[in-house]
Amino acid sequence: MYRAIKILMLIICLIMLVPVSESWADQNNRLGINALGQGNFSQVADKIAELSRTGDIALVPVFEALAAGDLYVRKADKTVFVVKENGSELNLSDAVTGAPAGQGAKADFERIKVNNSLRRAVKTAIGALTLLSPDREIRLRAASSVFSSPSTDALELIETAITSEKDTYIKSVMEQARAAAILKSDRSLDDKRAAVKTIGERGDRDALGILSAVQANADGELRTDIDNTINALQSAQALWDVGQNVWYGLSLGSVLLLAAIGLAITFGVMGIINMAHGEMVMLGAYTTFMVQEIIRSSYPHLFDWSLIIALPVAFAITGVIGLIIERGIIRFLYGRPLETLLATWGVSLILQQGVRSIFGPSNREVGNPSWMSGGFELGGMTLTYNRMWIVVFAAGVFLTLLFVLKRSRFGLQMRAVTQNRRMASSMGIKTPWVDAFTFALGSGIAGIAGVALSQIDNVSPNLGQSYIIDSFMVVVFGGVGNLWGTLVGALSLGVVNKLLEPYTGAVLGKILILVLIILFIQRRPRGLFALKGRAVEA
Amino acid sequence: MISAFVFKSLDRNVSLCIAILLAIACLVPALNLLVPADNLFHIPTYAMSLFGKYLTYALLALALDLVWGFCGILSLGHAAFFALGGYVMGMYLVRQIGARGVYGNPNLPDFMVFLNWKEMPWYWYGFDYFWFAAIMIFAVPGILAFVFGWLAFRSRVTGVYLSIITQAMTYALLLAFFRNEMGFGGNNGLTDFKDLLGFNIQSQGMRASLFAASAFALAVALLISSAIVRSKFGKVLVGLRDAESRTRFLGYRPENYKLVTFTISAMMAGVAGALYVPQVGIINPGEFAPANSIEVVIWTAVGGRGTLIGPIIGATLVNFGKSIFTAQFPEIWLFALGALFVATTLFLPKGIVGTIQQILKSRNDKNRAISFNRLPKAKNAEKNADIPAEPLAAE
Repeated sequence: MYRAIKILMLIICLIMLVPVSESWADQNNRLGINALGQGNFSQVADKIAELSRTGDIALVPVFEALAAGDLYVRKADKTVFVVKENGSELNLSDAVTGAPAGQGAKADFERIKVNNSLRRAVKTAIGALTLLSPDREIRLRAASSVFSSPSTDALELIETAITSEKDTYIKSVMEQARAAAILKSDRSLDDKRAAVKTIGERGDRDALGILSAVQANADGELRTDIDNTINALQSAQALWDVGQNVWYGLSLGSVLLLAAIGLAITFGVMGIINMAHGEMVMLGAYTTFMVQEIIRSSYPHLFDWSLIIALPVAFAITGVIGLIIERGIIRFLYGRPLETLLATWGVSLILQQGVRSIFGPSNREVGNPSWMSGGFELGGMTLTYNRMWIVVFAAGVFLTLLFVLKRSRFGLQMRAVTQNRRMASSMGIKTPWVDAFTFALGSGIAGIAGVALSQIDNVSPNLGQSYIIDSFMVVVFGGVGNLWGTLVGALSLGVVNKLLEPYTGAVLGKILILVLIILFIQRRPRGLFALKGRAVEA
Repeated sequence: MISAFVFKSLDRNVSLCIAILLAIACLVPALNLLVPADNLFHIPTYAMSLFGKYLTYALLALALDLVWGFCGILSLGHAAFFALGGYVMGMYLVRQIGARGVYGNPNLPDFMVFLNWKEMPWYWYGFDYFWFAAIMIFAVPGILAFVFGWLAFRSRVTGVYLSIITQAMTYALLLAFFRNEMGFGGNNGLTDFKDLLGFNIQSQGMRASLFAASAFALAVALLISSAIVRSKFGKVLVGLRDAESRTRFLGYRPENYKLVTFTISAMMAGVAGALYVPQVGIINPGEFAPANSIEVVIWTAVGGRGTLIGPIIGATLVNFGKSIFTAQFPEIWLFALGALFVATTLFLPKGIVGTIQQILKSRNDKNRAISFNRLPKAKNAEKNADIPAEPLAAE
């Protein structure tokens, strides 16, 4: 009997032991967390580091609350709570378990204040703690955050994490994070030199930042190592910067191409300057806005398709408007190119003021579909999806147009009229009809350019004005009557502009481009790819 | 001899117009200054300033007409020369402020003190003196036009291409003058003027003098333009406008003719700007906006390109309309201006004055034709039959 009682007691004790041991860890945490409520910033930071060494992932929400300023101390017993503000009341929850712990009045509590160095400490601690998380994404984020704000406290944790890590990519990031931490620690010189090498292999801006931060404190061999690595990184970075600028230039160039290509067609075929071209771009952008408004109110699930729906709509609307302008005004002015310039300028004023009267003078918001937002990193460059899609889109428009001009019957007629209007007319081509549809085509392309530009620019009545001069520059630079000229003109102007910008600033760069074009026109008065022959001597 | 030259260079309309301008230059200030305010004939100061402004616009339109109407160069950058003249005058006026600026610095204009500059840039030297500024009013737009024109005309940039690069020029200047580093007051431009030649710029007497000066300048410019147009030089210009290649083949050098005209025209525009700035009291980079230059073109087109009086009438009418519209119905102004552009090009390609001249001319022709009809017709008809059909004009 006695023996039975003993066994029973033992069993009870064993059963008791499990919760008791758990609550022992909790107890420890609770003590640590409550300690966060006292002391100055640096003392609190030390306590955070101490807590993070336990490697307990349950502490992450507490740290996050601390960084967000949601951690409060109850004045009465110095207990720390995670708090959600609810008017003048505070909804409390237990810091350790996360269970709701009733409500309290604001006056009884005091927020734990955070400054930037404390936030950094919290970030490191969270990074270190989540290194062991089962979720791949969280581990990766943790490793990156330790890398970007390394601290010696995280060193041991990250070393344990490395030994248990299976994913090679995360492991490499962790190695880099470890190297960054080692540079701050008091490990041996060889360890540090190896660390510099590891970081150097990473090769991006962050690596440069970390090495520059420790550069001043290093000396001897380590210093030369760091200097060499920094130099290598900087020259690599300079190359990447050039690449990035070329990319920006290409994206600016494709914007210019989109805006100018319709102008190039009407100018090339009909010899008229369409000052209302920019307004067609603007109308295309406003069409996108209208399409999105309708989709938002009636078919919200189609929102990601809004741009694709807007394309044909914008093409149709601006094309028809172009047709009306051609039939109503321009056809009476053939042979007087300078007067078409004035008349279309008048049309542009009317369209601008019309849009201003209907939609108001302020910017309208056009949303980005999900596939247009965000971006990705490629080596040392950042590529955003909206810019990338515009480059793709411009290329698509260009190729389609090239195909229409070279392979379709309408394109053949258009080219014939461009080369010799009277001869084409004698061969039975209805030149007025070709003119009208060329103008409509040019306007329609301006409209779909507007759809694309609505994604990267402000949609306001002045949208067109800001593109018209640049488009003219592209057309005169590239030469008339040749789509390839427009392509080369747009891309080279875009790239040169963006390559100049780091040295001269945006405005001076643009002025230089304008001056260069003015000088270039002196050398080649008909642009880069001029039509040869008598056709130009009109 | 000079008077012979002057009279030879005038036809009846132009001399009438010059006489009217000179009369206005004397009468309006007199009616403003001497006639008491409650009198029926008193001209209020604001009206005089307003019309003084229109006179400078008219001078600008006349300058444009000289190159566009007679030489066939559609400059979309003439407002740039206007603004440059304005900036030169503005610089002189800013230097006259002296120590009365907001910061009270006797050596530096306010905006330079604000930008923390220690000394004046070199290109501000000399603008303390009126004579220097007066030379610069001609020199700055003139030199720019000379260099620009020398480059453009020598390489035979014509037509639409020329229009677009003149637009690029004014756009580049717009961007440049917006920069604070340029040292022309950046975005805000130059303003807060006090004195001109030692007299208060706000005073009634000063405003009357500026009005008289504007009318006088316009009369002189009209005289010069008329002299140019009626001379042999002017005939060559018209030849260039209508058939440049043929004129070149006849042995003339189009680039030289165009260059001289373009430079003179730019100087006129500069004078217009210099007279405009003290009357409105501010000059800022907005004056370089390409839209302004295009607006000048429409003034000229409405009045009648290729006539000397047309641009003066056009500029006054359009701007008077603008003043009324923007005050009464600001929404409609751009619609009206846009419609004016379209209607003028479609229905009134010769402008108001040109259309009136055409009607008068056709009436004269009709009278002459009636007297012609009395001659025997048959002989002519026989002659015509022998002449072979005219070949198609070369492309």
